[in-house]
Amino acid sequence: MNYQNTSTVLSISGLNKDFYSQKKIVPVLRSLNLEIRRGEFICIVGGSGCGKSTLLRIIAGLENNYTGSVLLDEHPVQGPGTDRGVVFQEHRLFPWLTVKENIAFGLTERNSESSRSVMEHIKLVGLSGFEQAYPHQLSGGMAQRASIARAIVNRPEILLMDEPFGALDAFTKIQMHEEVQHIRAVEETTVIMVTHDIDEAVYLADRVVVMSNRPGTIRNTYRIDIPHPRDRHSAEFVEYRKRIFGEFFAQVKTSQDYII
Amino acid sequence: MNALVGFIVPAILVGIWELLSRVGYFPPNWLPAPTVVLATTIDLARHEELLQHIGITIYRVAAGFAIGVAVATVFGALSGCSQWFRKLIDPLLQALRNIPSMAWVPLFLLWLGIQESSKITLIAVGVFFPVYLNLMSGIMHLDIKLIEVGRVFNLKKIALVRRVVLPAAMPAFITGIRTGLGLGWMFVVAAELMGASKGLGFLMNDGQMTGRPAIIIASIVLFAICGKISDMFVVYAGSRFLRYKEN
Repeated sequence: MNYQNTSTVLSISGLNKDFYSQKKIVPVLRSLNLEIRRGEFICIVGGSGCGKSTLLRIIAGLENNYTGSVLLDEHPVQGPGTDRGVVFQEHRLFPWLTVKENIAFGLTERNSESSRSVMEHIKLVGLSGFEQAYPHQLSGGMAQRASIARAIVNRPEILLMDEPFGALDAFTKIQMHEEVQHIRAVEETTVIMVTHDIDEAVYLADRVVVMSNRPGTIRNTYRIDIPHPRDRHSAEFVEYRKRIFGEFFAQVKTSQDYII
Repeated sequence: MNALVGFIVPAILVGIWELLSRVGYFPPNWLPAPTVVLATTIDLARHEELLQHIGITIYRVAAGFAIGVAVATVFGALSGCSQWFRKLIDPLLQALRNIPSMAWVPLFLLWLGIQESSKITLIAVGVFFPVYLNLMSGIMHLDIKLIEVGRVFNLKKIALVRRVVLPAAMPAFITGIRTGLGLGWMFVVAAELMGASKGLGFLMNDGQMTGRPAIIIASIVLFAICGKISDMFVVYAGSRFLRYKEN
């Protein structure tokens, strides 16, 4: 799909973010610029500690004290809002609520239409029959699906996912990739997903944003021009993967020179 | 069936007790037979005297418990939610907690007199601490990640406390309430032994003074029954909030 002609939904420019630890300033993000178009699926890949999760948290409105601008629909992001849905690495479902109650947790209003939306989303993520189950009764994959349903039940402008499948086993992960494709096709949501799994990124994304380490900044962006459903073993898929791998390999090699 | 297994050993012990009392191995002025205790209880109940004693004791526990829980909930919630409030008030409360509860008795008697208010205050003090401590630590050890989910959905402070903080702290709160209720029953005995003209504790004291062990034993059994029933009631009320933990 080509999203080059749709409008910009998220615009980040000149973003800087520091952390303070023991009176030292640790730069996390430096002069980061990113434009995301409506309906795009963006995967942000980078090593651990490169600031990719911090970037996502800034977009979610969970982090303050940054400089630069983060505009959502041309309005500066000021704290969290229901126009953004968030899925964390852990499912973070409320243990005292059933699947259905968890998904309905964030509803901005409660009426017959919103309760229909809850049922629709339970069906969309394939949890029909588990409405009354409690989180501890679910498998890791099912819990994460409930968490995705909770994030999109208000039909947010953007779905933000922070390594959502990082804790799942390889088989469940591949199954979840199909689910996400399906959800995205139905909901037509813009998706920004942070991951350290290059394979996952190439499989899902319209654009893969590669971040470099300390301070985090955008190293390169790849537009993945392969139609869905993608074949993980096709020549072009492997080629993209190789090129993105190359970005990290170069970086790792230089840092390893010191060790040897 | 499994529930009945627990009754086997007590039933055997009561049987042996009955037998040994009957044959005179236990002197009646020392340990009367279970059937004698039962007969004494029925006799007391027939004169409506017993119901009055039980009623006043339950009233004292209930009033002290209600006051203790109410005050502890406010303080526990504030100490749990606000670091500032905790720093201000928690050291004092921790210090007061270390005072043996019986040490308050002379002071409460002096301040509040021999009537109901000194007894109820003593019980409230006993109930206060476990409820306060459990609620505070329940809130303090909340999973910050769940709070963040609340923030993601743009919940404001009060909604966050109502929909995330309180339900998450509920198991600890209920544990505190159960412990508090147990202490409430303990303290009512102490309060009534010290000076009362009615109540199960008074009945025990009276049994001791007049050399009637059957009355003392009957009172002990009644205390146990009242304590167990009230605990069951709390567990039942709490299970509504904790049903998610069942399998």
